[in-house]
Amino acid sequence: MQTVIFRTAAPYLASLMVMFSVFVLLRGHNEPGGGFIGGLIAASAFAIYGIACGVTPVRRALYFHPMAIAGFGLFLSTVAGLASLAMGVPFLTGLWTEVHLLGVTLDLSTVLFFDFGVYFVVVGAITSIALALEEREED
Amino acid sequence: MADASQSVTFLALILPFLAAAIAPALTRILKHNAAWVLALAPLFLFVHFFGYLGDVAAGRAVTGGYAWIPSLGVDFSWFIDGLSLTFALLISGIGTLIVLYAGGYLKGHEQQGRFFSFILMFMGAMQGLVLSDSFMTLFVFWELTSITSFLLIGFDHSREASRRAALQALVVTGLGGLSLLAGLLVIWAATGEGTLSGLLSSGDALRAAPFYLLALVLVLGGAFTKSAQFPFHFWLPNAMEAPTPVSAYLHSATMVKAGVYLLMRLNPVLGDTVWWETILPIFGGTTLLVGTLLAIRQTDLKLMLAYTTVASLGLLVMLTGLGSEIAIEAAVLYLVAHSLFKGALFMVAGLIDHEAGTRDVRWLGGLRSAMPITFAAALLAALSMGGLPPFFGFLAKEEIYAALDFSGGWNALFTAVAIIGNALMLVIGFAVALKPFLGAAVETPKHAHEGPVLLWLGPLTLAIVGCVAAIFSGVTHHYVSEPMAAAVAGAPVEIYISVVPHASLALLLSIVTIALGIAIFLMLDRARDAMAAVLAAIGWGPDRGFDQAIRGLIRLANAVTGVIQNGRMEVYMTVTFVMIAVAIWAPMLMFGELPAMPTFPRMTFYEWTVFAIAAIGLGAVAYAADRLTAIVSLGIQGFAVALLFLLFGAPDLAFTQFMVETLSVVILALVMTRLRLYPSDHRPTAEKMVDVGIAGACGIGFAVLLLKVTQIPFDSTLSDFFSTYSYVIAHGRNIVNVIIVDFRGLDTLGEIAVVMITGLAILALIRIRLPRSTDVTEAKS
Amino acid sequence: METALTALVGLFYVVSIYLMLSRHIIRVLLGIAIFGNAVNMTIFTAGRIMREVPPIIPEGQSALDGVTANPLPQALILTAIVISFSFFAFLLVLAYRAYQELGTDDTDEMRIAEPEGEGLPPLGY
Repeated sequence: MQTVIFRTAAPYLASLMVMFSVFVLLRGHNEPGGGFIGGLIAASAFAIYGIACGVTPVRRALYFHPMAIAGFGLFLSTVAGLASLAMGVPFLTGLWTEVHLLGVTLDLSTVLFFDFGVYFVVVGAITSIALALEEREED
Repeated sequence: MADASQSVTFLALILPFLAAAIAPALTRILKHNAAWVLALAPLFLFVHFFGYLGDVAAGRAVTGGYAWIPSLGVDFSWFIDGLSLTFALLISGIGTLIVLYAGGYLKGHEQQGRFFSFILMFMGAMQGLVLSDSFMTLFVFWELTSITSFLLIGFDHSREASRRAALQALVVTGLGGLSLLAGLLVIWAATGEGTLSGLLSSGDALRAAPFYLLALVLVLGGAFTKSAQFPFHFWLPNAMEAPTPVSAYLHSATMVKAGVYLLMRLNPVLGDTVWWETILPIFGGTTLLVGTLLAIRQTDLKLMLAYTTVASLGLLVMLTGLGSEIAIEAAVLYLVAHSLFKGALFMVAGLIDHEAGTRDVRWLGGLRSAMPITFAAALLAALSMGGLPPFFGFLAKEEIYAALDFSGGWNALFTAVAIIGNALMLVIGFAVALKPFLGAAVETPKHAHEGPVLLWLGPLTLAIVGCVAAIFSGVTHHYVSEPMAAAVAGAPVEIYISVVPHASLALLLSIVTIALGIAIFLMLDRARDAMAAVLAAIGWGPDRGFDQAIRGLIRLANAVTGVIQNGRMEVYMTVTFVMIAVAIWAPMLMFGELPAMPTFPRMTFYEWTVFAIAAIGLGAVAYAADRLTAIVSLGIQGFAVALLFLLFGAPDLAFTQFMVETLSVVILALVMTRLRLYPSDHRPTAEKMVDVGIAGACGIGFAVLLLKVTQIPFDSTLSDFFSTYSYVIAHGRNIVNVIIVDFRGLDTLGEIAVVMITGLAILALIRIRLPRSTDVTEAKS
Repeated sequence: METALTALVGLFYVVSIYLMLSRHIIRVLLGIAIFGNAVNMTIFTAGRIMREVPPIIPEGQSALDGVTANPLPQALILTAIVISFSFFAFLLVLAYRAYQELGTDDTDEMRIAEPEGEGLPPLGY
């Protein structure tokens, strides 16, 4: 698998895929996409990077341990749900607000953060699985 | 006033458990002197219940309680009449003495605190049992006495004999408890009464109920096992493995009487029928004879006493079953007398064991000068047991003979049984109380001398009470015997018997009994040898039967497990899928729910192409001969599914499926290329065809079921809701995503948690290596 | 359309169950992977099929107009796909580790937990 072309292309391919995954994540509420799909795309990106260049560079690029990312995602989703409690509505009720930034109106919501959480859990957990399996190949 | 009294009674019910909770800590601080403090708990109970004597003697039953499970009509309630009060006084009174005795008996034992705890718990359970009004509390306390008894018998759990005896007692009495529960539920259903007080005032309702016999047999199952009636008697002698305070308390004075208590309690509603008056005397009489005959055979003081306890319980059951007023009076008197003298004698046996180092009568003798107080207690108790005046046992015995006149054929038989039984009991009483003390001094393993006050206080007190209660029989009868007998008979009774002998048939029978007893006592050794020979000739008993039953159960369980859990996954899977196929097909065929014949679908060419790709991918997975083919064909069918999702309006699903299939192929490749795992199947074709058949039956079943589902009109309520409100409420145009992150957010939260946990589990699986992994591999190779 | 899809789903079930009945652990795993797809397609078909119109509310409207695919089964399947993938990954790693530790991929030979010909348990007390 470690051909020169693949090894050279992989980092760029991976970064493109990660960017695409974020795009898919953000458009998810109104167009096809969302946290699950985005997360899977990002996870595949890291898996490809790992196959091409080995696990160590991926781990360095990620900086955090993948499971820590997943844990953060779960935490984020839960907090997004708990925010509703603070407003006196049932757990996980969506709260919406509009932010005007540079003339563009952004819909911000707890649901968005919940979806971010889903994204991080999927990225973290599946990258972690893929890397763990790839790692064993090296020894 | 009623409320205050209610609170105090409630406190009395839970006090033993509270004392049990602090017992271990207290014993660590005070050592064996903790007994003096802990004995205050039962003493408090005794004093509290003593205060009810006046009320109860005047015919006023005390009731009270709190709602426990109101929805089921179950209350935590109590009911104190003459019967329960007498039991409560015996339990708390003897309990006080037993706690003190245990303080001396287990002095220096490192688990003494635990012992106090167990015995106080038992006391609480027993107290609750006799005071319970509702069936449910009665049953709970009943089982609690079985469990605490298990703990106490197995106290010395490092010995196998102890463990066996504990288990045996638990199995026998526990099964009996279940039988009792069933019986109580039958009674509840038959009469609509869930409390004893309600039941007792229901008159003939139960006797007239169609399930009377069933209820009777089930209740007797509970009572006979608990009270060690033949053929369930074997657990009681084995329970002598317990420390002596336990034997003295549970297995003579209190717990084993729970069965008798139950029979006496239910006598007004269950008794006075042909069944009752046949079953009880026959079982009781048999138990009386068997118990005394087996007692003769023993040389261990405790075992001798244990078998006479069995016999006494038989006598009580027999008297309860005879059902006449005078028989009930006799039973009541004998029950009280027995608790007093048997408790005392057990404690004496333990005291002898403690001081002389052996309980074997053959190695004991001449202790009277070394242990004068013990001797006095033993003598008083034995005279009461032998039925000599002026002791309470004498009153009981006179009343028993008065109850058994020679009138009918059956009665004559029972009288003969009673005479032999009583004579043999007198023999045992004398053997236990006289043999170790009289005669020439025998060298004992320990140098015998009088025990400490903690040890002799109990037996002496009980023995003296047995004497005093008889001398002041008028007072005793008024406050104890008559209210209790009235409760058992269900009508007021009067008892006249006193220590002054008056010429009657009963007196004559007493004299016969005593003469017979003394005669047997004088040739005890020969009687013992004869019994030993008889038992050796029989060579089998319920005790061995218990072992055989338990072993048979283990073998059966092993055999069944071997068949059901044979460790072959193939078999498990085959059974599972065969059952699934049956579950799908059977209802459809039975209720004629097969789908209508579908029309041939009209689809575009590219749709057919995707279908064909999926089918080819599936076939290739099944027939793949090498790894690469299998992985690639798995990918093909997955991508085909993704295409289908795309074709049928589910872009989200399609993308997700694409990513997942890619990742699946990647990780599958990572694993399979590293291991020499080949996907092909090397089994004979015949076996494969069976699998194909099962898979076909399941698969086609699923398809047919699905077809039927699609032919039923579609309920689109939920889908319409989401479609209508997705943008209005949740500000999202992609309805699928809105459902996932907003409408069903909690589900999604759970799902991402699962994903996260799977990730952790996989990491753990990969990282952790079993330390013995090399051994396993070596053993295999 | 549903009829054709139903037949295909049936084929998915047949193949996956056939694979699961095998003794080779890797075939069982392949079977489980396909089984996931079969179940997802079952839910999809039961929610009725609609060609090429995704359930997305067009810009400028507040609710769906016209007939689109049913969003509910899609939402159920979306999470199911991810979950079944995690599950598949877990089973794969489990099989992989079992193979490493036990040296076999034959389920009949994996008998650490349920050894063959195990004698009676202790009969004492």
